[in-house]
Amino acid sequence: MTQLTMAKAINEGLRRAMADDDKVLVMGEDIGKLGGVFRITDGLLDEFGAKRVVDTPLAEAGIMGTAVGLAFRGYRPVVEIQFDGFVYPAFDQIVCQVAKLHYRTRGNVKMPITIRIPWAGGVGAAEHHSESPEAYFVHTSGLRVVAVSNPQDAYVMLRQAIASDDPVVFFEPKRLYHSKGEVDLGADLADAPPMGLARIAREGNDVTLLTYGAQVATAMDAATAAEDDGISIEVIDLRSISPVDYRTVTASVRKTGRVVVTHEAAREAGVGAELIASITEKCFHYLEAAPVRVTGHDIPYPPAKLEKHHLPDLDRILDGVDRVLDRPNSLSGVVDQ
Amino acid sequence: MHTLTPQTDLATDVDDVARLLNEDGERVADPELDRWVADVDAEALRSLYRDMTLVRRIDTEGIALQRQGQLGLWAPCQGQEGVQVGTARAFRRDDFVFPSYREIGVQFVRGAKPADFVIAWRGEEHSTYNPYDINTATPQIIIGAQSLHAVGYAMGIQRDGTDQVAAAYFGDGASSQGDVNEAMVFASSFRAPVVFVCTNNQWAISEPVTVQAKFPIAGRAPGFGIPSLRIDGNDVLASLAAMRWATDHARSGKGPAFIEAVTYRMGPHTTSDDPTRYRDKEEVERWRRRDPIARVEALLRSQNEFGDDFQADVAADADRLGAAVRGAALGAVSRQPIGVFDHVYEEPHTGLAEQREHFAAYLAGFEPNAEAGR
Ligand SMILES: Cc1ncc(C[n+]2csc(CCOP(=O)(O)OP(=O)(O)O)c2C)c(N)n1
Repeated sequence: MTQLTMAKAINEGLRRAMADDDKVLVMGEDIGKLGGVFRITDGLLDEFGAKRVVDTPLAEAGIMGTAVGLAFRGYRPVVEIQFDGFVYPAFDQIVCQVAKLHYRTRGNVKMPITIRIPWAGGVGAAEHHSESPEAYFVHTSGLRVVAVSNPQDAYVMLRQAIASDDPVVFFEPKRLYHSKGEVDLGADLADAPPMGLARIAREGNDVTLLTYGAQVATAMDAATAAEDDGISIEVIDLRSISPVDYRTVTASVRKTGRVVVTHEAAREAGVGAELIASITEKCFHYLEAAPVRVTGHDIPYPPAKLEKHHLPDLDRILDGVDRVLDRPNSLSGVVDQ
Repeated sequence: MHTLTPQTDLATDVDDVARLLNEDGERVADPELDRWVADVDAEALRSLYRDMTLVRRIDTEGIALQRQGQLGLWAPCQGQEGVQVGTARAFRRDDFVFPSYREIGVQFVRGAKPADFVIAWRGEEHSTYNPYDINTATPQIIIGAQSLHAVGYAMGIQRDGTDQVAAAYFGDGASSQGDVNEAMVFASSFRAPVVFVCTNNQWAISEPVTVQAKFPIAGRAPGFGIPSLRIDGNDVLASLAAMRWATDHARSGKGPAFIEAVTYRMGPHTTSDDPTRYRDKEEVERWRRRDPIARVEALLRSQNEFGDDFQADVAADADRLGAAVRGAALGAVSRQPIGVFDHVYEEPHTGLAEQREHFAAYLAGFEPNAEAGR
């Protein structure tokens, strides 16, 4: 076990994947000499050369579309989108080509592309640098969508994503790039839990708190704080948001009867909406209260000085917990909740 | 001042093109193209004629089948057989081609089977053939997207150190798309062994080429650092020569090449279109006189190389192929309903697996004896 930042863990994951399979190549803007704007690809150019560490023109559709062609040719491109808000120009290639080619060709053409996206807010960034576009991709059949919350998962899940013959959208919370954790660099993929499996980050009995990415840390803090009030929260780090590991989720809901979902992304038609709809279908008779979403507001991501009012923090999560427990909360007395 | 200014508005000058066969089917000299077809004798010309005729027959059959309700849609290629067959004949089997939905002739030359032309338009499958069987991608409907795939594929060829080339076909409308322009940037910057073929058939559904371009589209490529040729797309010989030049250029490590083939879409954009709303009869008639098949026939006749036997033989071939295409459409068997879930993912996806299971249970309710089994 080694103490590593998430940024370094991802770097090591890339290095290992490239060393293991010479069909793996990374491509994106500034990923060569600079090592990427977050230095995630640091040192890879020296180690693997410009044929496998490709500084591309500034064209997201171009990056994604050429990755499709490389996949056609048997390569396994790992694409770095510089920031979450810049994935939109590549959207067509992702949803119409990357996601569908395997289906269109009845499995003859594989698209083992990993799309790495430095993701979400909380770092005081400029406009278009703090977006949470995950629901767009979760809504697209043919893609797998994962979000990591700690260095160990980042290291292992990235390698799993690259090894997968399906395209994977890989969300990296930039808020956590510099947070440290134990990483087992010798980890064998064969022994690792599958990429689609959720992780119970903390056990509890009263409320199931579902989340992913950087929000896992906030959810854990909320659970610790709730303990003081005698509330026992089970925190589930989904890790994969397509597919969702409903086996783990429903087992927890059947135990607690109460659900809070929290994510940074806007609420409307978001991942939280999907989770709660599915939980309601699967566990209706176990629910003791209407599930609650604690999410970003349905607004464009606000300017940096105001983002703390947008991101669901510990207090807003606890307020949501109070709602499912029918304890006094911010909406008490508000009719038409 | 260091300005680069287009000298004239040439976008609509359809005669400012390189050609080897004029409208009357007379062989004309072209200093650049001649050497690429020095080997093309009467026999080779006859085989180009045959392919174009067969492609026209597939097209005629496709339109008829659509009109009879057997196909949901058809995108005709009549008038474009010259550029399609001519350029496609220049590839090696192991080159890889990314066509758009209209490249029937390209697919034919690459080895597509009768069913491959109709099963997708019938709505049975998105794609019929395995792209790796004929080294030709599933025809692309998203305008211009395939140009990037060709470049990416070519980057793969580069990495593998082989001497194949990749190619992308797209229309004049597509030339306005970001993807096509990004493809040229990538191709040029990486010197990818790729050939772009812009089939300028004058129209993008109802929009004339002047909405996309004020200067010949071939003029754009040099701006990206890519050499280009503007050819008469109704001249199968020029198409073959241009593509031999382009593939040779790419194959020998000199990077991408670009061809603008000036041609005309004689029929509607698709069977859903009504071209009488936006173009006049005279225009269509003018282009009818430039028919790519008639040109080759005229050349062969002038050389006493177009015999009755040959003509009858090609006609019989066309009849056979037409019947096979028709048979493939009429004989198509729809997949089982549960098949819609196949191949969405390569590896199991628990969410989809559950949906599939539920749908299978629902379907089972329609099976005979389902009641009794309950
Ligand atoms: C991205 C995209 N936008 C719009 C369409 C609808 N559409 C289909 S064909 C077409 C015109 C294309 O014209 P052109 O590129 O010149 O090719 P042609 O059909 O003439 O061969 C349009 C607008 C599409 N398929 N894809």
